[in-house]
Amino acid sequence: MTSNTMLRWGLYAVLIVFAAFYLMPLFVMLTTSLKSLEEIRTGGLLSLPREITFAAWSEAWSTACAGTQCEGLRPFFWNSVLMAVPAVAISTVVGALNGYVFAQWQFRGANLFFAGILFGCFIPFQVVLLPMAQTLGFLGLAGSIPGLIFVHVIYGIGFTTLFFRNYYVTIPQELVRAAKVDGAGFFRIFFAVFLPLSLPIITVSVIWQFTQIWNDFLFGVSFAGPGSQPVTVALNNIVNSTTGVKAYNVDMAAAIIAALPTLFVYVVAGKYFIRGLTAGSVKG
Amino acid sequence: MEWLERNVPKLVLAPSFVAILIFVYGFIAWTAWISLTKSRLMPKYELDGFGQYGRLFAAPRWDVAMNNLFIFGGLFIVISMAIGLLLAIFLDQRIRAEGVLRTIYLYPMALSLIVTGTAWKWILNPGLGIQETVRGWGFESFAFDWLIRPEMAIYTVVLAAVWQASGFVMALFLAGLRSVDTEIIRAAQVDGIPNHRIYSAIIIPTMAPIFLSAFIVLAHLAIKAFDLVIALTNGGPGYATDLPATYMYAMAFSRGDLGQAASSAMVMMGVIFAIVVPYLYSELRPRRDK
Repeated sequence: MTSNTMLRWGLYAVLIVFAAFYLMPLFVMLTTSLKSLEEIRTGGLLSLPREITFAAWSEAWSTACAGTQCEGLRPFFWNSVLMAVPAVAISTVVGALNGYVFAQWQFRGANLFFAGILFGCFIPFQVVLLPMAQTLGFLGLAGSIPGLIFVHVIYGIGFTTLFFRNYYVTIPQELVRAAKVDGAGFFRIFFAVFLPLSLPIITVSVIWQFTQIWNDFLFGVSFAGPGSQPVTVALNNIVNSTTGVKAYNVDMAAAIIAALPTLFVYVVAGKYFIRGLTAGSVKG
Repeated sequence: MEWLERNVPKLVLAPSFVAILIFVYGFIAWTAWISLTKSRLMPKYELDGFGQYGRLFAAPRWDVAMNNLFIFGGLFIVISMAIGLLLAIFLDQRIRAEGVLRTIYLYPMALSLIVTGTAWKWILNPGLGIQETVRGWGFESFAFDWLIRPEMAIYTVVLAAVWQASGFVMALFLAGLRSVDTEIIRAAQVDGIPNHRIYSAIIIPTMAPIFLSAFIVLAHLAIKAFDLVIALTNGGPGYATDLPATYMYAMAFSRGDLGQAASSAMVMMGVIFAIVVPYLYSELRPRRDK
């Protein structure tokens, strides 16, 4: 019996050590952001702030320099919002309709097309970077937020289609057949039968897309102009800004600000977040 | 009208079809084509054979990038899987506060890799970070300066990436453990088979598909890892932590060498497809009825 309790203690000890490992960077970010530079230089990395100050937070939000622009993260944060909201909405709507067709309105060649979409989910984006830069220039969308929305929609519909298709496949085809007999058309059936059942998968899709697009760096750094950079790019610029004294507290405050929206989503809707992650890797 | 009625599903798919065809497959073809030309700052379209690939494979920086990909990818995948499996099995032992622990293990996955890189860059900086803190505890000779040592810096990328993704592997494995038929496990327990044997002989072998999924996702993350390196080391010191993704980006946007950018992107795609295509093929193949 005693060896068994020892085992339990060991088990908990390991689990708690790992919890500390995962929490440590967040703890360090938070405490560093609340310290003055003076205290950062003299105190330890893991020590609590002796005197809490929010100066670094206000600097990160409104006056820190990203490159030559010294307006903090604020304008870039709104760029990310303006980019993410339409891109998430459009890619989710398109994915829902696509998934509905693939699951319930099979036609010849549909499977091949679906396989083509699925492969598209796995390409390294580096392989489309150069032609997309040219194309955005050609379309007059280079360096603009609509350009970024366009890119995120294009490379997001693969996953959203996959989510909805795998979800709608579980709805019996008899339902569609019966509705057809009653004279309902494609869209009537979608709005009357499928949409009301879709709340969970819409949530999964919206969360997945939002996390992906908010956290994206590659498209942002490749295609955004000075006025349309998303928050991730601005954060990286602030951290690597070489002018003046290295303000670690501002860097950490900026990192937390950039992370807050997706962290918030994770905390309030973690269940759906995990479903999106696993749906992206395992066939439904 | 009736034609329209019949073809609505196809019309709904048509925009996506066109978009995928152009922006995925057309673009891949464009990149493949450019990789076979002498393009430098501007794209040229006369084919020139495999000269770019020759230059690529001869470039010491590319060599470092590919080497790093294997070191980083290999360690990242193995360590994440090991930690993920360990945590999943431990959490599966009717642990109190399991929900809280799960939430803690998985939250890094919600963060941008730029945030992760920024945080770890601060923690690992030798001047004020972990090294200095441990020295402050009285271990004067403690050294943890991997971030600035060319031969060790790639392992800091592994550390940060494992921190970010291992909780996700845990979630995958935990879901797998929970889906194993409880009747079989109970039968084994009744027969007096010890717990570790139940895991190694019954549960883990039935989870083979989940190992495969986890491997695919992690491999895919590893090959695409770009943000993390940019934020953590910016490819440095020198180009010691370059990965194919950062190499490609440097060629495309700061060196103005489109031919090298295109050929390195094609090699990246080759590596991904060598891993993913067999997997997707087996997933998409119609399953035989059990």
